[in-house]
Formats: sequence, structure tokens, C-alpha cells
Amino acid sequence: MAADPPQTEPARQEQRFGPRRLLRWETALVLLLVAVALVGQQTSTGFLTGTNLFYLGLDVGEIALMALPLTMIIVAGEIDLSIASILGLCSALIGYLWDAGWSLETIFPAVVVAGALAGAFNGFLVTRLGLPSLAVTIGTLALYRGLAFVILGDKAVADFPAQYTRFGTTPVPGTHIPYPIVLFAVLAVLFAVLLHATPFGRSVFAIGANQEAAFFSGIRVKRAKLVLYVLSGAVSGLAGIVYTLRFASARADNGAGLELAVVAAVLLGGVSIFGGRGTLGGVVAAVFLLGGIRNLLILNDVSNDTLNVVTGLLLIGSVVAPNSVAAVARLLRRRGTASSVPSEPARAA
Amino acid sequence: MSVTVDRPEWEAAEERSRRGSHLVEVALRIRELGILLVLGLVVAVTAAYNPRFLSAQSIRDLLLNASIIALLTVGQTLVVITRNVDLSVGSVLGLSAFMTGDLLAGHQGLPIVVALLAGIVLGAACGAVNGAVTAIGRVPSLVVTLGTLYVFRGIDFGWAGGRQINASNLPDSLLALGSGRILGVPYLVAITVVLVAVTAYVLRSYRSGRELYAIGSNPDAAVLAGIPVGRRVFAAFVLSGAVAGLAGMLWTARYGTVDATAGTGFELQVISAVVVGGVAIFGGSGSVVGAALGALLLSTIGSALVVLKVPSFWQQAIVGALLIGAIALDRWVGLRIAAALRQRSIRSGS
Repeated sequence: MAADPPQTEPARQEQRFGPRRLLRWETALVLLLVAVALVGQQTSTGFLTGTNLFYLGLDVGEIALMALPLTMIIVAGEIDLSIASILGLCSALIGYLWDAGWSLETIFPAVVVAGALAGAFNGFLVTRLGLPSLAVTIGTLALYRGLAFVILGDKAVADFPAQYTRFGTTPVPGTHIPYPIVLFAVLAVLFAVLLHATPFGRSVFAIGANQEAAFFSGIRVKRAKLVLYVLSGAVSGLAGIVYTLRFASARADNGAGLELAVVAAVLLGGVSIFGGRGTLGGVVAAVFLLGGIRNLLILNDVSNDTLNVVTGLLLIGSVVAPNSVAAVARLLRRRGTASSVPSEPARAA
Repeated sequence: MSVTVDRPEWEAAEERSRRGSHLVEVALRIRELGILLVLGLVVAVTAAYNPRFLSAQSIRDLLLNASIIALLTVGQTLVVITRNVDLSVGSVLGLSAFMTGDLLAGHQGLPIVVALLAGIVLGAACGAVNGAVTAIGRVPSLVVTLGTLYVFRGIDFGWAGGRQINASNLPDSLLALGSGRILGVPYLVAITVVLVAVTAYVLRSYRSGRELYAIGSNPDAAVLAGIPVGRRVFAAFVLSGAVAGLAGMLWTARYGTVDATAGTGFELQVISAVVVGGVAIFGGSGSVVGAALGALLLSTIGSALVVLKVPSFWQQAIVGALLIGAIALDRWVGLRIAAALRQRSIRSGS
């Protein structure tokens, strides 16, 4: 009886290296993705065609891009709700500078820098003033969107030359791959390496798991978070360029409300909202899962509202499912150890 | 540590600690006064520019415009105080608004009290879903309510199926509720004020109300103190849902036209108002009065900009800046109070 706490510890270890690996959420996501592809092929002849996949890729472009840095921010235990507003601010800036006679070659880097600055302001408020990131980025969500309207008003700038807008509307020649997905693939590899294979990435996990412990192990917590927010802002600026080119229109309300879709995708990808846990692969799978379901529903003439319900249920399920699996496993283990009494002293010894 | 504390010193120490908690209370009251001060400033500047801003009709409109968001802040405050958040309020409002509209347009002669109750019950049911998954399923409320934000809105769209309910289909008694007045005060404003007052009293003086603060300050300590944390959090979500349901019904009464998009994006407006009103986003402190004043301040700024002929584009940027200013101020005041309290306890401990 007294050996109760020690006996749970080895069991938990066992669980981590045993069949738990197969039960990982990322595996479930990939299976769901395959299921969506199969169902898509069964129900609609147009689903697995190159053209359709091209549009699917275009459709998830901005969400996929912004999900990359947001994954790292949430793993670090913070959040950034201002990403879609930075997208809108950068889109408005593109329109304003284009009207002012700048060339697009100079506008694009300028806009990414502007996005990085917006992210740096978030990071400054969170790290230097120590404000809660949820409240800060709800504030900058309104602030940056407001600035976008101040810059461009309610007009749309749409006279961009076709040699640029084709990057947002046509595939890479000879393939069905949209340019934004090429950009996304490059960034996804960079972010995956950064998060999962560098000391910086390990420190991000450490910060998310226990910020104070990370601080006392010599990790520069504030600087790491500031870097993450700057990255988030810069990538949101890139997403602003992609969005503007895709619709060939720079407007202040571009991408409004997209932040919740991105957060939903990241959480669906198995990243813990409390930080310290998650993989970039899971998030990428989740982004394409959501995009695939959406595309499938549209092809089958199912209205958009069903998608909302599915998104919401998947999101809740992504947390409830692992929780209940763990609960059931705990229950089974307790019953199992109760029946096999002889093994108990051996394990405790 | 010293065993031989003579009586006067012990009394002095207690006196100091009482002054300490007094300090916290004063700071909270000053926080609400601060919002009132900014509100007064906005009104004064606008009225100096155009005196009609202070006419009875204009003040009524200001209060009326703020009332639905202010109503939602009541429920949201309860949830935020327990260190949770309810992002689904906008969707619950939309669902309830469409349901009550549909109910009254489809059954002519149905008393509006029935629609009112239906709205509240529907909202409470939505809140119960949020509360159950949060409290029993142990899922973070941010995730749950972000999910139900989509689910409830999806159900709303499915129900509406592109339909729109117009004022001509709605009973006059409902529209009278939206535009009528009692003793010169619009019904909506009266309902909001009563609800804010009742909730403020319960939060201040009832054990269950105080327990919400205890949960938000330190959930683990609250469990150890024997507070039924799960039940209280569940109740907070049910109440937030019920208030959102009520607000949805009143939304239909006020605007007369409903489709499935009613209340889209309200969640962030409500949370902004709550935070500007001094409710800490990580729970444990704040008041419904402050939150409702926050809602009034934000909507008054919107109206003032129109009167001052500032392009309405500035409104969102100003709201954002105000929100950041408010949390930065709260942080600063919080640090000062903590430092002051520590100073006192060091002095009284020596």
C-alpha cells in the first residue's frame, strides 16, 4: 500500500516508450489526413486532381505560414493573437507604399521589416514590461488592425502588375505546386530544425515546461521570447504579401479573424496550450487536415457552417481524446496491478 | 519567530496588515475611478466641441449602445475571475438572437417572456457545455471555448440557412422592449444596470462570490481550502452562457433584423472591455462594475470620435492602445502594491 507513489513512476516511463508512441496524436492526425484523402477520392472525382490540390494549397497558404512561428510561441507557453492583424497591417502598407510610387522589390522587404517591428513591440510588452501575452496581443490585435485602417482607410489598392500577382494565382511552372506552399515548405523545414534540432529550440521547450527552472538553468528566457515574437511578426508580414498577391488587392481588412483559425490549427496539431509540448510535424498535418476537410466539404456542396462545427469539434477532441486515453490507461493499469499482486513487491524493491 | 511579542507591538503589526489590505481595496476603487475619470474626460472634450453630446437623448444612446457589450462583460467577468476565459459568447449571442427571432416570427402571439426564457435557457445550455468540458474534461477553457465558438456559430449558420428575420415579422412587443423606456431609461440599460448591481453584490458579499476570487488567485490553494472548484467554475460558465443568451434575445429586440452573423467578433470586444475595466486576465481580481464601465468607455470613445469628426478608422487603433495602456497601468500598480505590502511585512516582522 505504502509503495503506491513509486509504483506509478516506472509505469509512466513504460507508457512513454511503449505503445504510447503509436497512440501519439500526430499519428492520429496523419491517419485522419489519409482518411480524408480516401473519402475525398470516393465522394468526389475532382478531389485528388492536381488542380484541386493546387487550390487547396493556395487556400491554406497564409494559415500554414503563420502557424509555424505560432507553434514555437505556444510551445514557449505564450500566445500571439495579433498575427492576422499584422497580416492586415502589412497588406495595407503594401497598398500605401505602392500608391506612393515605391517599387514592389523595395516594398516587400520593407513590409517584412514592418511585421518584425510589430512583433518586436509585442515581445517588448511581454518580456520587458512582463505583461500577460493573451491580453497584450488582444490589445495589439485591435491596435495593428486599427493602424491598417488609418494607413489605407477603406479603399482597396489593386493595380499591381501581373508579373507579381501571378505568384499568388498560378502554380510553379510544370507542377501543381503553388508558390506560397514552396515558401511554406522552405520555412517549415527551417522552423522544424530550429525547434527540434537546435539548442534554441530545446530552450523553447524548457521555457514552456517551466519558465523559472529554465531561467535558473541559464536560459535567457526574455531574449528567447523576444526572438519568437519578432519571428512571428516577420512571418505574418510574409503572409501579408502572400495574401495581397493572391487576391491582387491590398486592403486594411485583409485576413480579419484569421488568428483564431491559426490558433485552432496549432492546438489541433497537438501543441499544449500550457506550453512545453508539441511538434511542428503535428501542426503541419493539422493545417492540411483542416484545409483538406474544408476543400472536401466545398467540393461536395456542403455549406461552410459544417466546416465550423467540424473545426470546433476536432479542436476540442484534440485535447479531450489524449486526456481520456490517459485516464483509461491509468484506470486499466490500476486494475492490472491490483490483480497481479505478486509482481508488486518485486517492482517496489 | 520571537516568542515574547509584547502586546502593543502585536497590535501594531495587525494594524499594519489591516492597512495593507486596505491599500489593496483603495487601489481597486481608484482603478474604477480612473475609468470614470477617462470617461469624464472623453465626454467633456466631446461636449466642449459639440454641446449636444450631453443632451438627454444623446446620453440615452450612449448607454444603449454600450448595454449589450456591458451585459456580456458581466458573465465574462465571472469566468475571467476564476482564471478562465469564455471566447464563445459572441456565438452564443448569435445563436440565441436567431432562435428567439425565429421563435417569435414563427409563432405569432407567443408571449415574449417565453422567448426571453428560451434565450436564457439556450445560453445556459451552451455555457453548460463549456463548463462541463472545462471542469470535468480538464480541458483548458481557451481551447474549449475557441472550439465552441466555431461549433455554436456553425449551428447558427445551419439553423439560419441564409435566412434573415426582419422587423416586420417580429411582434411589436419585442421591438418595444428594444426601444422602449422605463422612467426615461431604456429597458436594455435598466436590465444591464440591475444585472451589474446584483452580480457586484453577490461577488462582494456572498461566500460563493468570494470563492470565485479564491479560485482565480490560486486554483490549487482553493482546492486545499475545500472550495468546490469544479462546481464553481462550471457555474461561472453556465452564468456566462445564460447572460449571453439573454443578450442575444435583447439583440434581436434592439436591432429587429437577425441573420446568422449576429455578434460575430464580440468575444474580443467583451474581453477588451473586461480588461480595460481592470479585471486581471489571469484571474483573482477585478469587479463587474469596472468591467461594465470599461464597456461604456469603449463604446463612448466610438461615439465621441464620430462627433469629433475623427475618421472612424482611428477607433480600433485607440481601443488597442487603451487596452495596452490599461494592462501596463495595472501591472505597474500591482508591482507598487506588492512592494508596499512586502515593505510593511518586513517592518512588522522585525
